[in-house]
Amino acid sequence: MTGLLKWPVVLALATAFLFLVFNIYVAGHPVWALCVLALVSTGFFIYLSNVAFAYRYLFPGIAGMALFVAFPLLYTVQIGFTNYSSNNLLSLERVREYLLEQTLPDETQAMAYTLHPDGSEYRIVLMPVHEEEDELDPSKLASLQASSFVSPRLALRSAQPPELTEMLPLDKASFHVNDSLPLKELLKHRDVLMKLKLKLPDGRSLSYAGAREFGPLNNLWKANADGSLTLVDTGEIFQPNNATGYFENADGVQMQPGFKVNIGLGNYVRMFSDPDFRKPFLAIFGWTLAFATLTVVFSLIIGMTLAVVLNWEALRFRTLYRTLLFLPYAVPGFISILVFKGLFNQNFGEINAILDALFGIKPAWFADPLLAKVMLLIVNTWLGYPFVMVLCSGLIKAIPADLYEASAIAGAKPLTNFFKITAPLIVKPLMPLLIAAFAYNFNNFVVITLLTNGRPDFLNTKIPAGTTDILVSYTYRIAFQDSGQNFGLAAAISTMIFFMVALLSLAHLRIARVNQDIK
Amino acid sequence: MAIVTGKSQRWRVVAAHVGLIALIVITIFPLLAIVSISLRPGNFSTGSLIPSTISLEHWKLALGISYQAADGSLVLPPFPVLRWLFNSIKVASISALLIVAISTTAAYAFARLRFRFKVGILNSMLLLQMFPAVLALVAIYAIFDTIGSYVPWLGIETHAGLILAYLGGVAMHIWTIRGYFETIPVEIEECAKVDGATHWQAFRYVLLPMAVPILMVVFLLAFIGTIIEYPVASVLLREENNLTLAVGSKYYLYEQKYLWGDFAAAAVLSGLPITLVFLAAQRWIVSGLTAGGVKG
Repeated sequence: MTGLLKWPVVLALATAFLFLVFNIYVAGHPVWALCVLALVSTGFFIYLSNVAFAYRYLFPGIAGMALFVAFPLLYTVQIGFTNYSSNNLLSLERVREYLLEQTLPDETQAMAYTLHPDGSEYRIVLMPVHEEEDELDPSKLASLQASSFVSPRLALRSAQPPELTEMLPLDKASFHVNDSLPLKELLKHRDVLMKLKLKLPDGRSLSYAGAREFGPLNNLWKANADGSLTLVDTGEIFQPNNATGYFENADGVQMQPGFKVNIGLGNYVRMFSDPDFRKPFLAIFGWTLAFATLTVVFSLIIGMTLAVVLNWEALRFRTLYRTLLFLPYAVPGFISILVFKGLFNQNFGEINAILDALFGIKPAWFADPLLAKVMLLIVNTWLGYPFVMVLCSGLIKAIPADLYEASAIAGAKPLTNFFKITAPLIVKPLMPLLIAAFAYNFNNFVVITLLTNGRPDFLNTKIPAGTTDILVSYTYRIAFQDSGQNFGLAAAISTMIFFMVALLSLAHLRIARVNQDIK
Repeated sequence: MAIVTGKSQRWRVVAAHVGLIALIVITIFPLLAIVSISLRPGNFSTGSLIPSTISLEHWKLALGISYQAADGSLVLPPFPVLRWLFNSIKVASISALLIVAISTTAAYAFARLRFRFKVGILNSMLLLQMFPAVLALVAIYAIFDTIGSYVPWLGIETHAGLILAYLGGVAMHIWTIRGYFETIPVEIEECAKVDGATHWQAFRYVLLPMAVPILMVVFLLAFIGTIIEYPVASVLLREENNLTLAVGSKYYLYEQKYLWGDFAAAAVLSGLPITLVFLAAQRWIVSGLTAGGVKG
């Protein structure tokens, strides 16, 4: 960068970022603003000073990891201690603001309105609420019109319709009341009218209050000095309750929406003590372990056998076989899983068509819990064995050939070769990779979600839970699907999965390191 | 190998061939079946796996062309598959390019420069990579929701936001490139520096041209990794025209609206290029796997 251009660019960037930080701060998120400020100023420091010049190369990568890998992990743990959910989405201040903005049209002071075309634009005429036959009586009409108002010409059809307009007394305006729009035409302007505020000469402001009336809006709530809110209608006082996350009155009646509060270990207590929750949770945990273990075991058996066979030099066409057997790994997972979903379909699926023709059976792969689990294992083994096959092939190639020559001289059979030479030599380097595969399948969200989406569900559970759900897919359902968008609970379960993943990683690292030392 | 073979050997070879062929038939059955289904008329026909009449109706729909059904009604494409494919390729190419840029510079620092906390940063990076993004989806959603309220073009439902989310996953790639850099003798750069090149020039004009092969590999790996990514994309993208292929494909197979034949054509259309890219990059992907990563 030339020196001349450098400083203006730096200055422009700095101003832009400072403006962003300021906006975040003004919006009421001082912590977020501080985080952004820290990140941005670190970036500026690194690129402008000569002290930390190695970090110039590192900053984008490390910032990316910190922002989108490390920070989400920590944030998830934090959310796990809150009641964050679709009911308790906003902060206390935002909920208070929201409630204070709630209004109810005042029916007693409402005025009837009509819409009159005036050229290509429109005028609104407000009259006191009256019976329709009153308009036929000239004297009553005159008194009605005496207390009526008319708007200036309004461009309701334009791209930016007006949102506030001053009303004039009808008798002072030079507007001859013509035929008003029929109701059907009127409704076409509903969206614009709902945003329009009409200001009367006496200062009152009227808002849309139905297809025929405009009226002043009354606030539903009144703020008190101690932070509580009064329901204007009944005079009841609602106090914010920081334990439950709701505004509550003396009887404990909760006002929706709630706000986000820290509930400590509440989500964890619920996980382990609520029997309605604990039973499916333990079943899902058990199935997660079984799913990951069995997948690894089956993939290992098939993959290792294939690797051994394909390394047998007496066999021809080995490259062709290897490429074809590798295919499941090369096809994108989201496509092959959905292909299986279709093939396993009970009525239209090709697998049941074949089974029906051969044995006359049509298993209900998606409705029966056991069959659904079997199907998941079949599909996941299909997806997983090429990985093990490729790994084992590489490891077997590294075994010195003279070991097999020696065993041939001793007259050993192939099985003896496998169990006495091949298996013992590859099991050590294979171990950390198998643990990685286990950890991967422990969190194999995609195969569960796309194939069964956790179904069939358990019966009689408060939160929908599936018999084929694993922990991550269950978490996803709690957070984003049918189970009430309970982010806090989902984050608490995620936090527990973190610990299990951390344990697995530790085991992985330790075994990998022991192997390294041996080398 | 000079091993005397017995008579049982021939039988074992035959048995191995039979066993392998049987397994291959089972393995590629779903892949062949889907091609055949895509050419079969109708969405519900069962029975013969080899279609008796070949119909291109599903392929027309997958390519965004409507067709005239037998009863005269016009069948419109159910989903914008080409749009999804385009979205996927767009997001994947941009992410992969940025990932390569970010991880190359970081890898250079780890391979060549001396700075504090080097080992610590490297280890914590590898540790972090063990936690898949699917575990932190709630937080990722909340983060992008917040970002979007200040910078709308980076929020939920934007491709720029999705690309930003993918930039976190660089640890494996940094590791790969660093390994390659360390095989290049450092003396070459030192010569350049003796001739008056700065660090940046030595990196940009000396080291980088020698590392082009590994950069292409990392680009391919990042491209494939992004194009098959499902969880984060499914949380950040919801509108039909915005989806990537990985998120959109499942809508074909809803219980209420089961478009088996249409799905088959779309799956072959979009899966084939990705599979070919994967097979082409297979050699490097496999060597990356043995380094400890697993396809995600």
